[in-house]
Amino acid sequence: MPKDGGIGASTKRREDVRFLTGKGRYTDDINIRGQAYAWFVRSDVAHGRIDRIDTSAAEAMPGVVKVFTAADFAGVGGIPCGWQVTDRFGKPMQEPKHPVLADGKVRHVGDPIAVVVADTLEEARDAAEAVVIDITELPPVLDMKAALSADSPKVHEELSSNLCYDWGFVEENKGAVEEAFKAAAHVTTLELVNNRLVANPMEPRVAVGDYESHSGNHTLYTTSQNPHVIRLLMGAFVLGIPEHKLRVVAPDVGGGFGSKIYHYAEEAFVTFAAKQVGRPVKWTSTRSEAFISDAQGRDHVTKIELALDAQNNFTAVRTETYANMGAYLSTFAPSIPTWLHGTLMAGNYRTPLIYVNVKAVFTNTVPVDAYRGAGRPEATFQLERVIDKAARELGVDPVELRRQNFIKPDQFPYQTPVAVVYDTGNYHATMDKLLQISDRAGFEARAAESRARGKWRGFGVAHYIEACGIAPSNLVGQLGARAGLYESATVRVNATGSISVFTGSHSHGQGHETSFAQVVAELIGIDAGQVEIVHGDTSNTPMGMGTYGSRSLAVGGSAIVKATNKIINKAKKIAAHLMEASEADIELKDGKFTVAGTDKSVDWAGVTLAAYVPHNYPLESMEPGLEETAFYDPSNFTYPSGGYGCEVEVDPETGKVTILAFSAADDFGNIVNPMIVEGQVQGGLAQGIGQALLENCVYDENGQLLSGSFMDYAMPRADDLPSFNVDHSCCTPCTHNPLGVKGCGEAGAIGSPPAVVNAVIDAIHRAGRTDVTHIDMPLTPSRVWQALNA
Amino acid sequence: MRDFEFVKPATVADAVKALAADGAQPLSGGQTLIPTMKQRLNTPERLVSLTGIAEMKGVCKGEGGLHVGAATPHAVVARDAAAYYPALAALAGGIGDPAVRSRGTIGGSLANNDPSACYPSAALASGATIVTNTRKIAADDYFQGLFSTALEEGEIITEVRFPIPEKAAYVKFNQPASRFALAGVFVAKFSGGVRVAITGASNDGVFRWAEAESALGANFAPSSLEGLNLSGDDMISDLHGTGAYRAHLAKVLTKRAVIAAS
Repeated sequence: MPKDGGIGASTKRREDVRFLTGKGRYTDDINIRGQAYAWFVRSDVAHGRIDRIDTSAAEAMPGVVKVFTAADFAGVGGIPCGWQVTDRFGKPMQEPKHPVLADGKVRHVGDPIAVVVADTLEEARDAAEAVVIDITELPPVLDMKAALSADSPKVHEELSSNLCYDWGFVEENKGAVEEAFKAAAHVTTLELVNNRLVANPMEPRVAVGDYESHSGNHTLYTTSQNPHVIRLLMGAFVLGIPEHKLRVVAPDVGGGFGSKIYHYAEEAFVTFAAKQVGRPVKWTSTRSEAFISDAQGRDHVTKIELALDAQNNFTAVRTETYANMGAYLSTFAPSIPTWLHGTLMAGNYRTPLIYVNVKAVFTNTVPVDAYRGAGRPEATFQLERVIDKAARELGVDPVELRRQNFIKPDQFPYQTPVAVVYDTGNYHATMDKLLQISDRAGFEARAAESRARGKWRGFGVAHYIEACGIAPSNLVGQLGARAGLYESATVRVNATGSISVFTGSHSHGQGHETSFAQVVAELIGIDAGQVEIVHGDTSNTPMGMGTYGSRSLAVGGSAIVKATNKIINKAKKIAAHLMEASEADIELKDGKFTVAGTDKSVDWAGVTLAAYVPHNYPLESMEPGLEETAFYDPSNFTYPSGGYGCEVEVDPETGKVTILAFSAADDFGNIVNPMIVEGQVQGGLAQGIGQALLENCVYDENGQLLSGSFMDYAMPRADDLPSFNVDHSCCTPCTHNPLGVKGCGEAGAIGSPPAVVNAVIDAIHRAGRTDVTHIDMPLTPSRVWQALNA
Repeated sequence: MRDFEFVKPATVADAVKALAADGAQPLSGGQTLIPTMKQRLNTPERLVSLTGIAEMKGVCKGEGGLHVGAATPHAVVARDAAAYYPALAALAGGIGDPAVRSRGTIGGSLANNDPSACYPSAALASGATIVTNTRKIAADDYFQGLFSTALEEGEIITEVRFPIPEKAAYVKFNQPASRFALAGVFVAKFSGGVRVAITGASNDGVFRWAEAESALGANFAPSSLEGLNLSGDDMISDLHGTGAYRAHLAKVLTKRAVIAAS
């Protein structure tokens, strides 16, 4: 291993030095000479017809440069959707227009109607108050099932209904699944809600547009997880700017959790407006604005049924889900409840027959898209809840019921009935590890101690699978993706041996600058300190698809490995020339090239210098320089899995749930930096527990957001959480990527919600209240008390 | 936030004068006022800071109990009242977070009278006296409903005088997001009787629970509360809990406060 950290070392995160000392350079830190400020005038009603917009008073206000409305965007494209789902009848989904600024109608609270651009932010805000907008309110569409009735008002008049699609998977299995339910010895049914969440990254969104009239070049600085995707979508579909005239930069980004994947109207606006007004234009979201303009997460209403035979083997799973799309289709929204959800309904189990039906519905709410886990938490939650409920109905141990139905270690690769093939895994091992690290054996004694204090203690488990390392491009293309999902890397070796790696991945908290450098350092055998990771700027990184879906090490890291191996191959040729040896005899170890069986050697810097100062160099057969680019398109998803255990105490008098312990036994395959992995798991657990106990995005009957600030939207805080017990010693390496890695970014948020709810139901049942079989998240004190006192 | 004039007088008399101007508002710790100004919900033309007035700061024993200067931050009360009135100090130490406790003041809290604030319950349960630049107001006369008090326009709270009970405790149940009181109960036992004040729960702000006071006055024990119930009809009902839940919580917390005080 290189002395300052190769693969497997818990190297401290080099980026943290600047983040923690206030030296990060975030989008809001970018200020361009002469920039003007944008303030968005947003709808304060959920649904309405715009009768009149009068900007004249606002335009006369001090400092105002221009006031924009939909009229200024005539001839400009709408915000595109990146995924087309085909419904169960073979028809494409209904895809409404999504104008940059509301055109004729407003469709959710927060829908942008006009934008004031002024010399200062305060002047823009003052003038925004003077924009006169007359709106005739229309009845809001909020409840998904009511939205599908024939007499419901429509969110989009140009569509035939509020139904985006009615998707069935696997449609051909529908009849067989029904037969399996008829033949079942036992059927467990559960209706549940997967609560809507607000992503709330620490850094709100920011966009700065710049235009150089002399070159015709546009630049957008934005808080994005995938600057190349924004360049492609905005350039090609919205503003008609070719890639070579459009640079998108996502500098340091303070968290995304999915919400910064999408192309947003504000990005298109500042890019467009900068050219229109001849000045850079900056927009910085307030936290209040983030609540009504960042894409939100989850929001599924589901009925799941599990069929079992007389020996408690799972024979079939059937689900019906209503998935809220919100008012418009956000970039990847249609794929979340379908391909990222239905394909996971086998879980870790051998269930032979599965049918998933999803109805995606338009409502007058903020658009919904991927949020940490994206579809996979929704799948895991249903499945792990219904299995727990089945175990209680059958009077068997929930752990044993799972274990009995797990895919066995010798059954991999395993073809599920929902299209995907799991390459590796060992679910029995992770479950065993979980029971060990959570000391389940000692639970009864701890429960007795709680009882003595008048508290109810419960233990809940969940076992998750996720498909990440997204994704094989040819496969997702067949499924409706309008983009590829490969990743890219350019490895540039400098003359004196240091290395700059340009990656298409994007780090916004994941620690790529550290872990990617560890990979390159390990392969070559040099110090990680000699390797710098460059990301986030389309002008110097190769086209890549960005960071989400726990893909960056598995896909982006694989591209880096490919490019580095090309470098090593070329360097060996140079070394062979320098040492007058055969290339086949050259070995690279610890940054030194040797000739096998001799004492000849040349070090790394000797080779790199020769590549750039080619005085003694095989110029007739090889180009000078040492720089290689690789693209990596995965052949399959990766399938991390793990067992999660939660121990809670319920206060029966108040309904308050306290998490006493939380254990996670994950199988992420090989691990590059264990400390970063543990941090990712801990963060994911905090978010999953947040969903389970605290977070809830609630609209009232008029479509007003009730939880529109941190006064009412409860984020998890350190004292809401226990010290996590995280283990990743179980390892079945991924078989199809060069690092054998699977990805760890979303696991915590996927596996934890069902473990928490299962633990609370366990506590309530142990206290004799077996009538309470489910409580919808978040399990706030009030909800638990209501359930106990219904 | 819009522009405003900022003045920071050194005496109560100067503060009263400064507040006479049109559009002037007093500013204490600013934990409510500043956020509303940022949202442009409040646009004072002049802010008169009360935190530079030495005579309005500090905690000391005095006539009739503990005197707390109105501009004393919660963190100072938490530290300096602990030796004299531990339940009051504990309440102050549980408000908000360290940043809020370092800025927010007792006078600001009582003048605002947020229905979910902690301090009103301590003042009412203790039978405190609210001292202003013009008069002394008994806590029983001071709190007049949601965000409503006996204060006149331009009147400044300068000090709060707390009689010190024999036994007391405050038990708060947090609203999960804001961590204001979803319900909070302050129980104070004096030689002459027991006072129970409940915050966070009622549509009318802090109130005394008379039935609990007389039952506990006869026997200061949690069992005295059996059979007593508050109605949820006039309680706050929102996404964090129904009125019935708050009424139930208030009873549970009263019982816990009696146990904690015993």
